Amino acid sequence: MAFQTAVFYLFAAILVFAALRVISVKSPVHAALWLVLSFFTAAGIWMLLGAEFLAIALVLVYVGAVMVLFLFVVMMLDVDFDELRRHFRSYLPVGAAVGGLVLLEMVLVILSGTKSAGSAAAPAAGSNTKALGRLLYVDYVYPFELAAVVLLVAIVAAIALTYRRRRETKVQDPAEQVKVRREDRVRLIEMPAEKREG
Amino acid sequence: MSFLTAPTLAHYLVLGAVLFAISIAGIFLNRKNVLILLMAIELMLLAVNLNFVAFSAHLGDMAGQVFVFFILTVAAAESAIGLAILVLLFRNVGSISVDDLGKLKG
Repeated sequence: MAFQTAVFYLFAAILVFAALRVISVKSPVHAALWLVLSFFTAAGIWMLLGAEFLAIALVLVYVGAVMVLFLFVVMMLDVDFDELRRHFRSYLPVGAAVGGLVLLEMVLVILSGTKSAGSAAAPAAGSNTKALGRLLYVDYVYPFELAAVVLLVAIVAAIALTYRRRRETKVQDPAEQVKVRREDRVRLIEMPAEKREG
Repeated sequence: MSFLTAPTLAHYLVLGAVLFAISIAGIFLNRKNVLILLMAIELMLLAVNLNFVAFSAHLGDMAGQVFVFFILTVAAAESAIGLAILVLLFRNVGSISVDDLGKLKG
């Protein structure tokens, strides 16, 4: 148990430090990389709690996909980030005050509410992935389908927002093509026959 | 030294609270930069997920982990759309300051 406690405190220290760096570092690329570290450490803590599948999913989905998306966007934008940080120092007191207040409130609630709750229950025996999968595909199958719809809407929205039609490229418009009628393309004209000369 | 025993529920909840407070402070500190704001929101969701997982392990109820799964889904969708709006903002205005977000209006 002492080893588990040591691992918890190590991971918690890394997580808090990385989170502090995310909000205070100058370059957004570095902030994204610190965010990767904090997600990775959080995955370690979830592993400590016996949530193996979610830990792996966090690394795959966040570190693998979302953070790469962040890095792509950061590198695509050519922004003067120093200008955006000009008022950083003047926001420091109010930010630290509000953050400290929120922290104080939550710690008070936690310490007053869970004193009698005792230590954490032992993680359920057997495979975490199997138990989660059974719950997800049996009890929560309808919300699961809704989550798929949410992802689909997000895909469509992200593409629709950033899609840009270039003027110089020639593209087909299927709707216009289908709407074409015969009268638009073929014109029958009548003209009198001409006499042969000679 | 009761806090040196095996990590209890309160350990994880306090860690989640610290993480949440850090991200709130981050929102105040970087309130010009939409990109860092999105990152702070991701950190906030991570803190919430940590609470869910801790309670799930504490109560022996797997439903908490299912909810973390759904939160991850929604957070991924949110960051994808948020970054798309950010790219749109930069393309139209040439900056990613929060002050310029109003210029995207129809």
